[in-house]
Amino acid sequence: MIVSRREAWLSRVLLILLMVITIAPFVSLFLTALHPSGSYPAGLSLPEQPQWHNFVDAFQAANMRALLWSSVLIEIGTVPLSLLIATLAGFSLGHLRPPGHRWIFLAFVLGLTLPFQGVIVPLYYQMRDLGLLNTRWAIILPLLGLYMPFAVMWMRAHFVNMPEDLSEAARIDGAGTWQLFSRIHLPLSAPALSSLGILLFLWTWNQFLLAVVLVDDPTQRTMAGALGAFQGQWGTDIPLLCAGSLLILTPTLIVFLAFQRQFVSALMQGAVKG
Amino acid sequence: MMQMRTTGRPGLREVAEQPHGLDDRRRGWVALALVVPAAVVYVVFVLRPLALTVQYSFYDWNGISAATWVGIDNYTRLFGDSEMFGSILNALQLIIYFSFVPVLLGLLTAAIIRKFATSRLALVSRTVLFLPQVIPLVAAGIMWTWLMSSDGLVNQVLRAVGLDSLTRAWLGDFQTALPAVGVIGAWVALGLCMLLLLAGMTKIDPALYEAARLDGAGAVREFFAITLPSLRQELGVCITVTVIAALASFDIVYISTQGGPGNATLVPGLEIYYLAFFSREVGQASALAVAFMVLVLAIVLPIQRLTREGDR
Repeated sequence: MIVSRREAWLSRVLLILLMVITIAPFVSLFLTALHPSGSYPAGLSLPEQPQWHNFVDAFQAANMRALLWSSVLIEIGTVPLSLLIATLAGFSLGHLRPPGHRWIFLAFVLGLTLPFQGVIVPLYYQMRDLGLLNTRWAIILPLLGLYMPFAVMWMRAHFVNMPEDLSEAARIDGAGTWQLFSRIHLPLSAPALSSLGILLFLWTWNQFLLAVVLVDDPTQRTMAGALGAFQGQWGTDIPLLCAGSLLILTPTLIVFLAFQRQFVSALMQGAVKG
Repeated sequence: MMQMRTTGRPGLREVAEQPHGLDDRRRGWVALALVVPAAVVYVVFVLRPLALTVQYSFYDWNGISAATWVGIDNYTRLFGDSEMFGSILNALQLIIYFSFVPVLLGLLTAAIIRKFATSRLALVSRTVLFLPQVIPLVAAGIMWTWLMSSDGLVNQVLRAVGLDSLTRAWLGDFQTALPAVGVIGAWVALGLCMLLLLAGMTKIDPALYEAARLDGAGAVREFFAITLPSLRQELGVCITVTVIAALASFDIVYISTQGGPGNATLVPGLEIYYLAFFSREVGQASALAVAFMVLVLAIVLPIQRLTREGDR
C-alpha cells in the first residue's frame, strides 16, 4: 500500500491521542483515589503519600463482598437461562421453521429498539403485585424478557446458516428433534453462544435502570446499581468515591482483559446485529 | 399384489408419505414448543407491560387510589408542558453529541488510521478503545463528573494553556451542562464507532485504493470516492446504536446532573422516572413513555431502511 511517511506519523500520533483521551479519566480516578480521604485534590495530581488504605475503606464502606455476591447471583439467574431459552427459540425459528415462524420472529424483532424506560412503570407495579420488589427476582425476571428480542435474533441468525444436510443426515440416523438439537447443533453453536453470553453478562452487570427502580437495597442490586447508591452516600468524599468506583468497575475490567479477544469480537458483532 | 406392484410407485409414495406427514406435523408442534419459554418471558415482561403503558397513559392515576379515565388529556398536556416537552428537545440535542460527534470523529480517525490497521499499536488500541464500552455507564458518569468539576482535569488543562477565562463547573452551568453530558456520551461511543468503521474499511479491496492513488487522487478524494460509499452498513450500525443511546440516555444523566441545573439536562428517560416514582403521576409518565417510544421508532426505523436497503 502506498503510504507517505507523513501520513504514517500522523496516524500514529492520532491513535495515541485517542488512547490518551480514553485512558485519562481512569488515570485521574486512580490518582484521586490515592489522596487523603475527605480532601479535595486537583484533577490530576500525585498525592504526597498515596493512601492505599482508601481502597480498603471503600471496600468496607461499599460492602463490596455483599455487592459482588449479589451481582453474581443476578448473573447466575439471568445469563444461563436467557441463553438456554433464546437458543431453543433460535433453533426452532432459524432451523426447524415451524408454521408461523416468520410472524413469531417478527414479534420478537418488534422489541429490538424498545428503550427499557418504555416498560419500567408497569414493570414496577407488576413486581409489586407479585411481591418481588426489592428482591433480585425483580431484576432477573424482567431482564429475561427484555433480552429476548436481541438474544433470539442472535441465535436465529446463527441457526439460519447451519446446513440443512446436517440435520437430514441426523434424522436418517434416527435422531429426534431433541437429540438433533442437543447432540448436533448445540455443540456447533459454542462460538455464537459464548459471544452472546459475554454480551448478556456485561449488560446484566451494568444494568442500572431496573436496579434503581425496582430494588432499594444496594446489596440486592447489580454492580452498576450499587455504584449509583454508593455515589449517593459518599458523593462528597471525592477520594473515597473514586476508590469505590474503581473497586466496583475492577471486576469487569479483569474479566475484559482476561477474555479481551472474545469481548472485542462479541462487542463488534453485537453492535452489528443490534 | 400384482396390481399394487404395477401402480407401485405412486402407491408406495403414498404409504411413505402418510406417516411422514404426521411426522412433519408432530415436528412442527415440537418446534413450536421450543419457542414457548422465550415467548412466555417476552410476553409477560415486555409485551404485557408495553400494553399496560399504553393503557395507563389514558388514566389519571397516582399508583395507589383508583384510576380515572381522562382520554388523551395526558398527551395534550405533554405538548403544553415545557418541562416534559423540553426533555424531548434535550434528548434530540443529545443526538448531536452522542451520535454525530463520535461517528464523524470515528470516521475521520479510522480513515487516517486505516493504513496501518494491522500494526501492533492498532492491536493495542482495540483493547484500550473498548474500555468505555465495558465499564458501567454509571462509572463513566462518576469519572467525568469529577473531571469536569471546578477543580477537575478539564479546567486544569484549560488553565495550563492559559484559557482560565473558560473554566467553570461544566455540569453545573446552564449553558454548558447539556454539551458536557454530551461529552461523556461521545467518550463512551467514540471507540466503538471508530473500531467498527475501521473494521469496515479493512474489508474494502486495497486494489481500489492503489488505483485511486495511481490516478493521482489525494487522501481526501480517496476518502469521499472509495471509503465513504463502502461503509454504508457500518455507518448505519454506528448511527443506529448511538442514536438509541442518545434518546434513551438515563444512567449518565442520572449520575452526573440528575437533569439539572434547572431542567437543562432533563431527558425523557429521567422525566418518566421522576413523574412515575416521585410525583406519582403514573398516567402522565406513561403518556410520555409512549410518545418517547414512538419518537425512537420514528427516528431509528428510517435510518435502518436507508442504510440496509442496499444489501437486500
